[in-house]
Amino acid sequence: MMETNTISRRNFLRASGLAGAALCLGFYLPANAKKEELAAATAESGFDFNAWIRIDTDGKVTLTDHRAEMGQGSYQSVPQIIAEELEVNLSDIHVVFAQGNPVKYGSQITGGSSTIRGSYKKLLKLSATAREMLITAAANKWNVPAAECYAEGGHVIHKPSGKKLNYGELVAAASKITPPAQVKLKETSQYKLIRKPLQRMDTPMKTNGEAVFGLDKRLPGMLFASVERNPRLRGKIKSFDATAALKVPGVKKVFKIQMMVFKTTRDGVVVVADSTWAAMQGRKALKVEWDDTGFDHVNTADIYQAHENLLKTNEGLPAKKQGEPDAILAKADKKIDVIYQTPYQAHAAMEPLNCIAHYQQDKIEIWGPIQAPDWVQGDISDKFKMPKEKVIVNMTFLGGGFGRKAFLDYTHEAVAISKELGGPVQVIWTREDDVKQGPYRAGISYRGQGAIENGEITALKFKMAGQNIDHWNGPGRDKANGSTTEGFLKPYYDSIKNISFADVPYEMPLPNMWWRSVYASTNGFAYESFMNEMAVLAGQDQLDFRRKYLKDERSQRLIDRMEEVSGWKTRKQNEGYGVAITECFETTVGQIVKVSRQPNGKVKIDKVWAVMDCGWYVNPDIIRAQVEGSVVMALGAATIHEITFKNGLVEQNNFYDYLMPRMSDVPPVEVHIMENTANAGGVGEPGLPPFAPALTDAIFDLTGKRIRKLPFNLNEV
Amino acid sequence: MITLTVNGQKHDIDADPNMPLLWAIRDIIGLTGTKFGCGAAQCGACTVHLNGEAVRSCVTKLSRAAGQKIVTIEGLSLNNDHPLQKAWNEMNVPQCGYCQSGQLMSAAVLLRENPNPTDQDIDDAMSGNICRCGTYQRIRAAIHKAAAMQMEGAKI
Repeated sequence: MMETNTISRRNFLRASGLAGAALCLGFYLPANAKKEELAAATAESGFDFNAWIRIDTDGKVTLTDHRAEMGQGSYQSVPQIIAEELEVNLSDIHVVFAQGNPVKYGSQITGGSSTIRGSYKKLLKLSATAREMLITAAANKWNVPAAECYAEGGHVIHKPSGKKLNYGELVAAASKITPPAQVKLKETSQYKLIRKPLQRMDTPMKTNGEAVFGLDKRLPGMLFASVERNPRLRGKIKSFDATAALKVPGVKKVFKIQMMVFKTTRDGVVVVADSTWAAMQGRKALKVEWDDTGFDHVNTADIYQAHENLLKTNEGLPAKKQGEPDAILAKADKKIDVIYQTPYQAHAAMEPLNCIAHYQQDKIEIWGPIQAPDWVQGDISDKFKMPKEKVIVNMTFLGGGFGRKAFLDYTHEAVAISKELGGPVQVIWTREDDVKQGPYRAGISYRGQGAIENGEITALKFKMAGQNIDHWNGPGRDKANGSTTEGFLKPYYDSIKNISFADVPYEMPLPNMWWRSVYASTNGFAYESFMNEMAVLAGQDQLDFRRKYLKDERSQRLIDRMEEVSGWKTRKQNEGYGVAITECFETTVGQIVKVSRQPNGKVKIDKVWAVMDCGWYVNPDIIRAQVEGSVVMALGAATIHEITFKNGLVEQNNFYDYLMPRMSDVPPVEVHIMENTANAGGVGEPGLPPFAPALTDAIFDLTGKRIRKLPFNLNEV
Repeated sequence: MITLTVNGQKHDIDADPNMPLLWAIRDIIGLTGTKFGCGAAQCGACTVHLNGEAVRSCVTKLSRAAGQKIVTIEGLSLNNDHPLQKAWNEMNVPQCGYCQSGQLMSAAVLLRENPNPTDQDIDDAMSGNICRCGTYQRIRAAIHKAAAMQMEGAKI
């Protein structure tokens, strides 16, 4: 396919001499057309190591991962894309993480499953452009037509003569060439790296202890800090006594600190010491009196009671409506009206939050497991009145993120501590801090109403009630949450004529935020459970029922595949089969869950089949891994853990009461990927939402009992 | 002064005998492959070998580890060539990778004591290790693969 090139000469960095080192070719694309001028200005100011591609004159190729690597595979898939069109071997390249720099890289937030879908087109074009410039440089050198040359394995080869030059030998000349107006991108069938299940390049360093996570980074003279924060999620300090803490060997300093949580602050007392252990011991010796004035001492049961009252009495803010579902529901004979509840969830990444900050007079440098280095740069620049270019944000590997490490509280706090301390410091959250302090995925309740006539859906009406991520601390909402319909399949709108969604605002001062798959994780449970209930009401098979309403070709193929791989039609009487299909970040995933009753009376999940349609993709094995992991995370959230509040305090502490799925809890997951060339959709999150509704549907199929509240205890079904 | 022998190397360290081994390994000796996950022996991210046994270093006091033989992930093999490490690479086991040091150290003891474990044996031996990314299915398969490699190697 031919692509018109938008890369102008000035967006390429000039070949430039680095101190004693080789000449390099570096270049980048502006974040978007509007920012082109700004980007060009930066480019003119000189060579920057952290461009996407760098080729040294000795042939060394360095590719940049501009997104976070938190398990989802950007460290593999971003280079895999670049290397394809650049024509270099993955075994010959070096990968580095970008620093936060939205001017250069565009958005760097690793969220919304956006790394590939948000970057792949420009990465392909960028890489092909570099390749063409190298080919032209070689052709000029040999004085042959460029059409007689091709690139392979980091070399340009002249086909007729077999002459060959390494990219490194061509860098100086290539850097002076005007980027071509058009570049030819490969067809899918020509890919050598893309769409191949290649081994991940970050595995070797994750099996011998070499990978540097945030917690592993060390700076000369760095101290360690642990913070005792107000346990009521926000609030102040009345007084504290550091006498005993300061007597703990290794403790250097104790002082009050304030962390910004959205627009509010949370007070804490920080203990700085020469080891993590000493800081933790010092913290235990602190005596702190908290001030909770004005804080709502909330209880979980009250939250869900309030949701239910709202759903029954309040029409909410309209989010989407077509036809007249209310009028039809009022007259219908055959209808259902049910409420679903989903719990608050902690992210509980294996690597507890941590951040190293070094505040200096003229710059601030940060290292850590950071999902959004560009946001951190902007946030720290704002809050500490430091020019953006003087805020250097370095990403390490992340020991999990799931949305939590895209939040800006822990990075802000670390910088505040370093500023007060006057030196580099690593702030370490304990597991208890991580579990007890949020922000959490909000627990949301839903009301579903629907009518059936002659086996057909005549009306659907959904309302959601719960905290909105964007508004937890803001003024009351006057517009519906834009994510009210997230997770619901768009093709349904074409065939279900009367349907409405509304959002009933429920404000509560608990910090909440996105959690893997965001609203689809809760919406998906309600909406797809409801579709299964409607199928039962219509007396129809759940897959056939969906086939009727999802008429587009991609959905039809997905459903066919689900039926085929799971043996849906040949399922036996004593087995429970459940189904759900959700859309999340432009990817549709259908899952079928099979359960059976064990001789000991307990229900066992025998198998999960997942079929994913994510359009264009990079690495099928990473996709499979992401879906396998998504199912495990969904299993935990559906059947094992939830965050609950008592008198404003979080009741859970650590993995002994915020339990996690273990190896023996996990069913086999079989993942199938649909082959097509549609635009790339997300991969890291869309595998999560369909699991809970498919599981509860399977349990209904086996037991006749419909579960509408998560989490539920699988041992008690 | 406490003497620790880590991966065959002796370290004399000046630390509180109540300090958990984890923090001495990470903050004093400077080997950061062993991870902090929970501090309460719940997740297994900090698993090391103490005289060949898998222990949770976050709750193992220095006084207990003193003078004993400790092996961390950095000492599991010289060149990332333990059968488990090879199987982990071949099967793309890690996602974020944070728990994998502990997973490997637990699995290494299992394979030494039980060269041909069943699924049930693996589930039992690995139940103390949490993986939030949910790589369990691959860990189980990779342990089987490593067991096969190990037996193949023994025949040669």
